[in-house]
Amino acid sequence: MVVSNMVSGLINANPVVYERKERQTRSAPGDVDEYAHIRDVKDPEHPYSLEELKVITEDAIEVDDKRSYVRVTFTPTVEHCSMATVIGLCLRVDIRVAPGSHASEAAVNKQLNDKERVAAALENPNLVDMVDECLAPSYG
Amino acid sequence: MKNFVDENFELNEVQKLEGHTDRVWGLAWKPAAGIDGVPAVLASCSGDKTVRIWEQSPATGCFQCKAVLEDTHTRTVRSCAWSPSGKYLATASFDATTAIWEDAGGDFSCVATLEGHENEVKSVSWNASGSLLATCGRDKSVWIWEVLPHNEFDCISVLQGHTQDVKMVQWHPSVNILISCSYDNSIKVWAEDGDSDDWHCVQTLNQSNSGHTSTVWALSFNASGDKMVTCSDDLTIKIWGCDIIRMQSGDGNAPWMHISTLSGYHDRTIFSIHWSRDGIICSGAADDAMRFFIESKDDLVDGPYYKLIYKKEKAHEMDINAVQWSSLENNRLASASDDGTIKIWEFISAPGKKMHL
Repeated sequence: MVVSNMVSGLINANPVVYERKERQTRSAPGDVDEYAHIRDVKDPEHPYSLEELKVITEDAIEVDDKRSYVRVTFTPTVEHCSMATVIGLCLRVDIRVAPGSHASEAAVNKQLNDKERVAAALENPNLVDMVDECLAPSYG
Repeated sequence: MKNFVDENFELNEVQKLEGHTDRVWGLAWKPAAGIDGVPAVLASCSGDKTVRIWEQSPATGCFQCKAVLEDTHTRTVRSCAWSPSGKYLATASFDATTAIWEDAGGDFSCVATLEGHENEVKSVSWNASGSLLATCGRDKSVWIWEVLPHNEFDCISVLQGHTQDVKMVQWHPSVNILISCSYDNSIKVWAEDGDSDDWHCVQTLNQSNSGHTSTVWALSFNASGDKMVTCSDDLTIKIWGCDIIRMQSGDGNAPWMHISTLSGYHDRTIFSIHWSRDGIICSGAADDAMRFFIESKDDLVDGPYYKLIYKKEKAHEMDINAVQWSSLENNRLASASDDGTIKIWEFISAPGKKMHL
């Protein structure tokens, strides 16, 4: 797994930032709870959450309680986003990039869905630092 | 061979082995142990960077952890394999090394470290005579090592050919051919070129010849070596066969042919598969279940077909990474899981009745 462009600059210096949706409490469990867990994960490059950059939306989460799976579809802001794998590592469920949103979509999806590759990547201290940063809670 | 098709089966959990502090990736039963008064021994390897040796107490029948092989590998230990004599245990690690441990009556010491892979080593396998060792890893290569006296290991070949991460290597049970399976969705057969000591790929099984359409995680031979079974992220299990007479007479080029694809039985990645000595195939998958299949001899018009004879849901709390039939006791097997535990099982036909040979 290659994490490049660390020195040369940001992958997407000027992302479009959207408003955060008002948090509503709902009675039925399911998709919304899972969304609550992921909406605040930070983008690796900017101090905004994945929700604010519309990388994740509520509709992109599928929950199947019976078969015990959760699938999250995320849309990188630019097509050649090498941060896609880092974002994927922060979202520890069945994960994929939205169809059509990334140039190496199949390759990224396959890596993210290979738990042995993910486990080995997370033993890499540089990658762990990036993931930890994204997962750190933001205050204010 | 016994006909299992009309029988009822039961899978009983004999014991749960706890101790590892991270997911358990691999298992290996020690050969020549578990019979004639020699207690059964099982090795397990884990994301906690250690290998544990479990021995069955002759008095109580319980497995206890006899040794923890630690402070050697610096990352996940992914695979372990005993030499055919049971004297050595090879352990393959994400730290890019393969360690060789010598078992001196329960005391293990690391007698050699094989280096060369550029990154994570994923699998290690000894050939039938114990004269050769094979390893493979994320660097896409398969290495063959010669076992020399005084704990020396010489790399005799670095095999390139896979285009991605190689997940497992397994030597054939009787002939010196090596099979590897990969993240590139293919299975490769490697053999020696006549007398020239030159190893090369003699066959590739991929989508173009009935092969898998996603990562192939594991493979296992049947006892006679004329068939092998492979399992994949594509949710299928495939059975392959070869002309064993031709292969044993020295023709390493005897091709493997697709016999059967078992689909619709798994809806999550199948990580492990193992063929028992009396013909039962056990699979371990990401849905935490174990499934058992046998060859049905009923209708041979279109060739052998395979039946699911038993399914154990929630065999573990999480993904099953390894299943291994005991090398000596036909109805015993072990499973290892992301939940950090190992389970010992007894697979018997009809309640209360043990399978007889």
